[in-house]
Amino acid sequence: MMMRLSVLISGVLFGVGLAVSGMVNPAKILNFLDLTGNFDPTLIFVMGGGLLTALIGYRFVLKRKRPLFEDRFHLPTAKDIDLKLVGGSALFGLGWGITGFCPGPALASLVYGQWQSIVFVIAMAAGALLAKLVPQQN
Amino acid sequence: MNVTLYTPGAGLAGGILIGLSAVLLLASAGRIAGCSGIFRKLLTLNFTDDSAWRAIFIAGLLIGAYVAGPHAANAQNLSFVGLPALVIGGVLVGFGTALAHGCTSGHGICGLARFSMRSLVATCTFMVVAIITVFITRHVLGG
Repeated sequence: MMMRLSVLISGVLFGVGLAVSGMVNPAKILNFLDLTGNFDPTLIFVMGGGLLTALIGYRFVLKRKRPLFEDRFHLPTAKDIDLKLVGGSALFGLGWGITGFCPGPALASLVYGQWQSIVFVIAMAAGALLAKLVPQQN
Repeated sequence: MNVTLYTPGAGLAGGILIGLSAVLLLASAGRIAGCSGIFRKLLTLNFTDDSAWRAIFIAGLLIGAYVAGPHAANAQNLSFVGLPALVIGGVLVGFGTALAHGCTSGHGICGLARFSMRSLVATCTFMVVAIITVFITRHVLGG
C-alpha cells in the first residue's frame, strides 16, 4: 500500500515537472535541438536540474541496503556498449528530432486531448512491440 | 516557425521535480524512473504485480500533467509536426528506446546519475543524432 502510494506520488511529481518545464510541448524540444535556428535552451535546465537532483538523491538512497517498501533495488546490470545500445539510441534520436517527442512527455501530453499525442503514443507502442522481433543475441 | 520562449526558471523547477520523482521512486520501490521502459513493459497481455507499479506510475504522470497543465504557461499551445512525421517518429522512438533500454529519463537522468557508461553513450548518441536531424529537417530540407 505504502509502496503504491509512493509510486503514485513519484508519477505525479514527474507529470507536474514535465508540464511546468514545458517538455510536453514538442515545439520546445525542437527549438532546443535547433542550435542554428529558434534556439530555446530551456531543456538544458530541465536535464541539468533533474540530473543534479537525482545525482545527489541517489547517493543517499543507494547507501541503504534496500528500498523502503521493496526487498531490493532493481538496477540495470548490463555493462556492454553494443550495437543495440548505440543503434537504438541513434534511432531514438532520429525519432525525437523528427517529432520533438520522447516517451515521458508524449504520454503526459495525452491529457491535453490532442489527437497528435494519441497517434504518437500508438506509433511508439507499435515500435516497442516491433523491437521484440529483434533477436536477444547481439 | 513556432518560436517558444526561453524559460530557464520554469525549466529548472520542472527538472528538479523530475529529479525528485526519480529519487522517490528509487528510495521507495527500488525502481528506475525511465518512461520508455515503464511504458513498454506494460504492453503485455499478462498483468502481473510488476505491471501494477508501472500502471500506477503512468497514472500519476497523467494526473500530474493534467493538474499542472492549466497553471503552466509552457504547457499551453502545444504545437506538433504533421501526421506522417508523427507516425514515423513515434515508431522510431518506440523501437529505438526498446533496443537501447532507455530514453531521455532512463538514460539521460537516472543512468547518468548512477554514472552508467552505457547511459553516457546512449545520451550523447541520441542528443547528437536529434540535433543533426533537426538541422537537416529545418535548414536543409526546409521543413
